[in-house]
Amino acid sequence: MSDTHAQTVAFVRETQIPPSPPPVTEAGAVKWVRENLFSGVFNTVLTLVAIYFVARFAVFVFPWFYNGVWEASSRKECLDILDGATGACFAVLVDRWDHLVFGFKYPPDGYWRILVAFILLVVAAAPALFASLPRKLLFFTAFYPFLAFWLIWGGSLWFPLTILGLIIATVLVFRLISAQIPVNFRQIVSAVIGGICGIGLAYLLFIGAKELVFIANSVGTEGAIATIAYGVFWVMAVFAFVFCVPMGIFVGYAIYNSFEDGGLVSIVASLLFAYVAFSFLLAPIWMALNSVVPIELEAVASRDMGGFMLNMLLGTICVSLSVPLGILLALGRQSPMPLIKGVCVVFIEFIRGVPLITLLFVANVMLAYFLPPESNFDLILRVIIMITLFSAAYIAEVIRGGLAALPKGQYEAADSLGLNYNQATRLIILPQALKISIPGIVNVAVGLFKDTTLVSIISMFDLVGMIRGPIQNSTEWTSVYWEVYGFGALLFFVVCYSISQYSQWLERQLNTSHH
Amino acid sequence: MTTIADPHKESFRLSMLLNDTRYRSLTFQFIALVAIIATMAFIGGNLVRNLAEAGLNISYDFLGAQAGYDINQRPISYDSQDTHGRAAMVGLLNTLIVAVLGCVTATIIGVVAGVLRLSPNWLVRKIMAFYVEIFRNVPVLIWILIIFSIMINATPAPRAFRGDNATASMWLFDSIAVTNRGVYLPAPIWGPGSLLVVGVFLASIVGIFMYRRYARKQLFDHGKMVPTFWPSVALFFIPAILAQIVLGSPITLDYPALKGFNFQGGAQIRGSLIALWFALAIYTGAFIAENVRAGILAISKGQSEAAGALGLRPGRIMNLVILPQALRVIIPPLISQYLNITKNSSLAIAVGYMDLTGTLGGITLLQTGRAIESVLLLMLFYLIISLAISFFMNIYNNSMKLKER
Repeated sequence: MSDTHAQTVAFVRETQIPPSPPPVTEAGAVKWVRENLFSGVFNTVLTLVAIYFVARFAVFVFPWFYNGVWEASSRKECLDILDGATGACFAVLVDRWDHLVFGFKYPPDGYWRILVAFILLVVAAAPALFASLPRKLLFFTAFYPFLAFWLIWGGSLWFPLTILGLIIATVLVFRLISAQIPVNFRQIVSAVIGGICGIGLAYLLFIGAKELVFIANSVGTEGAIATIAYGVFWVMAVFAFVFCVPMGIFVGYAIYNSFEDGGLVSIVASLLFAYVAFSFLLAPIWMALNSVVPIELEAVASRDMGGFMLNMLLGTICVSLSVPLGILLALGRQSPMPLIKGVCVVFIEFIRGVPLITLLFVANVMLAYFLPPESNFDLILRVIIMITLFSAAYIAEVIRGGLAALPKGQYEAADSLGLNYNQATRLIILPQALKISIPGIVNVAVGLFKDTTLVSIISMFDLVGMIRGPIQNSTEWTSVYWEVYGFGALLFFVVCYSISQYSQWLERQLNTSHH
Repeated sequence: MTTIADPHKESFRLSMLLNDTRYRSLTFQFIALVAIIATMAFIGGNLVRNLAEAGLNISYDFLGAQAGYDINQRPISYDSQDTHGRAAMVGLLNTLIVAVLGCVTATIIGVVAGVLRLSPNWLVRKIMAFYVEIFRNVPVLIWILIIFSIMINATPAPRAFRGDNATASMWLFDSIAVTNRGVYLPAPIWGPGSLLVVGVFLASIVGIFMYRRYARKQLFDHGKMVPTFWPSVALFFIPAILAQIVLGSPITLDYPALKGFNFQGGAQIRGSLIALWFALAIYTGAFIAENVRAGILAISKGQSEAAGALGLRPGRIMNLVILPQALRVIIPPLISQYLNITKNSSLAIAVGYMDLTGTLGGITLLQTGRAIESVLLLMLFYLIISLAISFFMNIYNNSMKLKER
């Protein structure tokens, strides 16, 4: 059969033709360009317009970068070197690098301390940021604040170490009373502590009542508002006076009464211990230790912090302080108790309703009036307090979202297991709610970090303050704008962009739902 | 028959206040109340003592005193003879002006950038992503200062417009001058009869809404598509222009002109206002772009496919199917962006734009030394503005929300 066929047909192909390549317009870069840049009239116009603007921008910016002068001692010298050509004067960054990063008052031979603190910050933050790292590294994270305080502010290493030691001692006191000692002995301890606290509280309330009468009398009764305030203060004073003895008895009794499960008494006892330890033991201990083994760095005052370092400092401290505070506020806002809920709602909505700059004004000019005359909080501490309160309100709202997103079944399951409020919140609710809220918290943190530049308005010399103050007001670098602002923008961009990329990565990691 | 005995009535014991959940929350709240009162006593006592020591008192009388400082950008008449209270009002109006301008511009920028970020055009997509990331990750204060330096340093001085070989020229047929002392625009002069033109213009806007309503009714009742876009544009412009011509041009424009060392006439917009306005708009626009993008992406693909299966064209799909649904997702974050613009407008103090913070929290505070009163009043103003914005925007949000039945 095939033989005959072979004779009748001149040629039979026995292998398949290899597929020919697609036409040039349908393959490779050309196809990509066609599909992504010139897929229609409208798209083509858009592309051309975009190319035009990018080209204009590049033509404008490229020589500016390329001709940039890196070595000069003043703007005038820069202009002389450029000799009429377009070009940046990056020499200002070289000349004032230390000021931009560390501020102009920090002792130059202490710059290494800031750098070490920064590197250790990365190490300390790593286990908190990446769950795959060994958990034991968290011990270093807990230790880091004390180390960083010593490195940045200087003084004796024994001061932060003693604080750490006293905190550990307080925790030990708590542990000891709550579980270790026998009930009989605990009953005696509870009676003593209850008695002390009861009498102390009654005394405090009595002082408070006197204070309120004093306030009411100095407010006076001139004008409607003053009269109302007068009345309110008097009512509060009477309230405090009437309840000072019953409250003292009740709280004392409550502390005594809790000796069996040890909960309240151990909290109160450890707080009492902490109060005594920090007011009477701290100074003698660290001074004694320091006189035996002096480990000291040159002390630097808070007002000498500046530059980008100050932004980092404020950002890190305020974010880490405001997360716990935000959790408490969010839980308070969810509370079924109307008074506690009301206080939290008013606080959160008030803070969210006013700009940060007004809170900084409060820190700058107002807070001193609200504190005892002998207390001397420096400006940086007052600013830290206000920024922390500010971001805590925003973080509280983020966490409230996380709490609301939890299915009701989680709360009910916790209840049905017989967990009390503390246990349910700590073991069931918060771990899940926090997981949901992490991206939101990171957003708030980035926003807060950017907002730390606002301190330049109350004349603190952070990065922006440095640029606007000492650098642009100096005779050498007056009217240098783009280089310094661009540099500031770049620093912030690098930090904020990395944080937001981390947040997106984390979101993908934590996304355990099945899409 | 079984009888259920009443539960044994426990007598009240003091320990129940702590251990019984029925009373425990009351106890806690009572303790919290006492703690609040104690804090008030502490703070108030300190305040009274500190004030007495400094020889001060709390009084708002300074609002009636003569301010003695000038405000360069003022929407209502004001001079240095006026009171601090009037200065604060000027500041409040300036805050509202920049907030409204910023919100409108930011919304436009944000919506355009957000939609373009989803464009099939690779280059445009990348440029928009670049814009969003750059502006979101750099503090708004730095942006304000950068744009302010552009307005001050990169614009020509008024004298550059002078002479035959002037290095700078005005824009748009010699009507707009961009100088380092601000931007000069033509200002309208309201001649006799101009009220009528304005009336016609307002009436035509009402007409546009009525016409759109009519078109909608036609569509729903009879299935007829009546064109709306071009008739709306025509209604917007033609009646007012006709009235202007018929009445013999009652509204004329006062053009800025170079006289002496500076421009005279027209309306001057300070560089500080422009810097604040654009910086806020571009910065917040980047955030709004992200919200818009998220809102559009939140609409499931099935919606646009179904609309396509019904035979709608891409433009219609966007307008009639995607955007109305996306709007529900976009509006709540948009509200908080508007609030952010209002609050961030307080950064005006960095460029010397006299808003509420610049007047009441700035010069008034420094001149009178009334720190507590000024800052409290300042906070109160911002609180009222914020609450008002969220109140009205929530009404709008509720009207847009999906009505679940």
